[in-house]
Amino acid sequence: MSLLEVKNLKKSFDENVVLKDISLNVEKGEVLCIIGPSGSGKSTLLRCITDLEQEDSGDINFDGTFGLVFQDFNLFPHHTVLKNIINAPLKVQKRDKNEVLKSARDLLKKMGLEDKEDAYPHELSGGQQQRVSIARALAMNPDILFFDEPTSALDPELTGEILVVIRDLAAENMTMVIVTHEMSFARNVGDKIIFMDDGYIIEEGTPEKVFSSDNARMKEFLGKFYD
Amino acid sequence: MMLGSMVSLLMEGMITSIEIFLLTLLFSLPLGLLIAFGRMSKFTPLRLIMKVYISIMRGTPLMLQLIVVFFGPYYIFGTTLSPDYRFIAVIIAFSMNYAAYFAEIYRGGIEAIPKGQYEAAQVLGYSKIQTFFIIILPQVFRIIIPSVTNEVITLVKDTSLSFVIAIPEMFTVAKQIAAAESSIAALIVAGVFYYVFNVLVAFVMARLEKRYDYLN
Ligand SMILES: Nc1ncnc2c1ncn2[C@@H]1O[C@H](COP(=O)(O)OP(=O)(O)OP(=O)(O)O)[C@@H](O)[C@H]1O
Ligand SMILES: [Mg+2]
Repeated sequence: MSLLEVKNLKKSFDENVVLKDISLNVEKGEVLCIIGPSGSGKSTLLRCITDLEQEDSGDINFDGTFGLVFQDFNLFPHHTVLKNIINAPLKVQKRDKNEVLKSARDLLKKMGLEDKEDAYPHELSGGQQQRVSIARALAMNPDILFFDEPTSALDPELTGEILVVIRDLAAENMTMVIVTHEMSFARNVGDKIIFMDDGYIIEEGTPEKVFSSDNARMKEFLGKFYD
Repeated sequence: MMLGSMVSLLMEGMITSIEIFLLTLLFSLPLGLLIAFGRMSKFTPLRLIMKVYISIMRGTPLMLQLIVVFFGPYYIFGTTLSPDYRFIAVIIAFSMNYAAYFAEIYRGGIEAIPKGQYEAAQVLGYSKIQTFFIIILPQVFRIIIPSVTNEVITLVKDTSLSFVIAIPEMFTVAKQIAAAESSIAALIVAGVFYYVFNVLVAFVMARLEKRYDYLN
């Protein structure tokens, strides 16, 4: 059985039908990249899966823990970097303090932020903040990690550092679903690509298959990136 | 009258003023939060009631509210008023009035917190109550402390309004002495006391402001 199964998901906001019929599977250890034009429903799909939005119909089968990395980080500005990371494991998961601290410091090291644990989010660059938010999500030991355009709020020169972190996670077989506009990144890191347009999945499969698709809308979409 | 005995009479009045001040804060700060929740409720009747309540409390003089709370039970129910009720009426009127102002301050602060903060907290598994107290309220405090400081300083001065129902707080005492002595000295000393009181209040609030100012 797949780790995550979405079946016939539908979602509208008033008259606006945003997700028309979405079905997908994510296997353990797999990296799924979701691409598609603005307004095609990518964020809404992630928000339904992560319970931030209630779907109108369809099934979402997943039991386990998940993390979500937001485009604009959503760190807690009144907590230090360390507290941002350890507070939910302590207060929500009620884990042992020493164990949580150790894993938080390991994560900070992995993110190259070992000297920032006492800093507040506003003292960090956007790229550093996004790495903290990834550490915060990972500290919950999620079975699956969702990213909604994790580099879109960053200057181009900071995008790379986040993509490297995600690539490293992929190398460790972290299960991830990544909504992204970084085509070459999706192509390199994704085990599977889904191309969404207008509330439907138009094309899905391996990067080789999807990026060489003959589908007109897919070609038009990719054309915008390579022009 | 000797300056010394005047000061000690005023000090006694000051203790009553401080009691009014502290009890009002004790009740109005939490009550204001509840009113703010009502004011932001999705349940329309509750929201409207709170809106009207706030509007009346802010739109009519506190002195009039004091008189209504004090004499209301007598005129409406014909009950005789126990002497203790005088002080209780002051606390009720002040708390209800200040709660309305605090409610609007809380509401402004709460509405200034971005939706993403709630979403991040929800995804991390925080309960609604944890989210409010761990994530939202500390950020609200930072935003609202300057406005709360203004209200608290006004409250110090407003305690003097209790003279209308003859509560022996500092201003009432000062007026009595001034009338008896045909001298303005007691009023000037009272003014100095109010000023010192407010300098202390401002100092405490500045400390609080600093404590919650994680951006600096
Ligand atoms: N809370 C909401 N209320 C009403 N409409 C919404 C809401 N959230 C999203 N929508 C609408 O749903 C549609 C899809 O939005 P969504 O954010 O899922 O697209 P997206 O694929 O993530 O786009 P982008 O690449 O720009 O992030 C848009 O038309 C948007 O206006
Ligand atoms: Mg989006």
